[in-house]
Amino acid sequence: MSCDAGVSLAGWLTELAQPGQVRPVVSAPDPVLARAGAVVDPTDPAVVQLAADLVATMRVSPGCVGLAAPQVGASARVFAVDVTGHPKAVTVHGTFVLCNATVVSATRWRPGREGCMSVPDLTGDVKRASRVVVEGVLPGSGEPIQLTTDGFEARALQHEIDHCGGLLFLDRVAGAHALYQRKVYL
Amino acid sequence: MEELAITVLGRDRPGIVADVAGVLADLGANLTDSTMTRLRGHFAMTLVCTGPDAADVEAALNPVAVRGRLLATVRAVGPEESTEPTGEPYVLSVHGADRLGIVAEVTRVVADAGGNITDLTTRLAGPLYVLVAEVELPPGTAEPTERRLTEVATGLGVDVVLRRAESDVL
Repeated sequence: MSCDAGVSLAGWLTELAQPGQVRPVVSAPDPVLARAGAVVDPTDPAVVQLAADLVATMRVSPGCVGLAAPQVGASARVFAVDVTGHPKAVTVHGTFVLCNATVVSATRWRPGREGCMSVPDLTGDVKRASRVVVEGVLPGSGEPIQLTTDGFEARALQHEIDHCGGLLFLDRVAGAHALYQRKVYL
Repeated sequence: MEELAITVLGRDRPGIVADVAGVLADLGANLTDSTMTRLRGHFAMTLVCTGPDAADVEAALNPVAVRGRLLATVRAVGPEESTEPTGEPYVLSVHGADRLGIVAEVTRVVADAGGNITDLTTRLAGPLYVLVAEVELPPGTAEPTERRLTEVATGLGVDVVLRRAESDVL
């Protein structure tokens, strides 16, 4: 299946039979965040459960637009993304989970400020492609997906695919003055 | 023209930059390069200026420092030397559990490779220690330096990434 810009993946979530459970999110320097995740069998019931758990955990986390398996302590190449309603999003594919995803094309690189639930006290400027083509497979059916997206959804996908490879945004900050304390104003 | 290197450090509060810059302006000092930032509740100013004598600046800063409970130093540092790049630009990122010696061991690898650190920031955020440095490495040394950094990082239990810095000229 190929998902062009504007085509929603909505509906596939109902294929996940079991409801997701909210899992605790781990923070750096937990070593699981620095390990490259394992390639998974998307039809494995444990992977399908993990996919559902990622969606459930993402949904209860305020401001969370993506969550990767290492962030819930599972060293696996699975992540959930949902940038619906985000003011910076252009193309939006709704809520979806991809397994074993890779970026096959990345163009139009732009800087942008990123944070991460697993690095709660810092943000950083990271250059990401603003147009990407990502290939992966859906959990449950194992159906291959090619997804073309842009802007904030493209950034979220690259951030999550990095997590699956054991990388944090800290590994890509633009320079010594591109790292910031997350500020909480009164 | 002689340059002065000035440092001012104190507990952060509104007005430190204005007080110090006001003293320097009154003396006709021309501020050139500076970094001024907050470090765990302390405010640190490091700046270079040209114009007045070191003794005059020291005398003028003293009452401001005493009143504001600031630690101020003034040194004449001679004329500016060449700051041409000495190598290829890289960004070094290190993060992991805080422990003694991360900065010392990582920067020793860069120094042993003949690399020059031009900018470095560290942050301690809870148990997480992060170092981001901009370094200039002699041509051809990036790969062995990266290998050595990985060895040292493994020993320290931290993660390290060395990548080429991009400098887009628009």
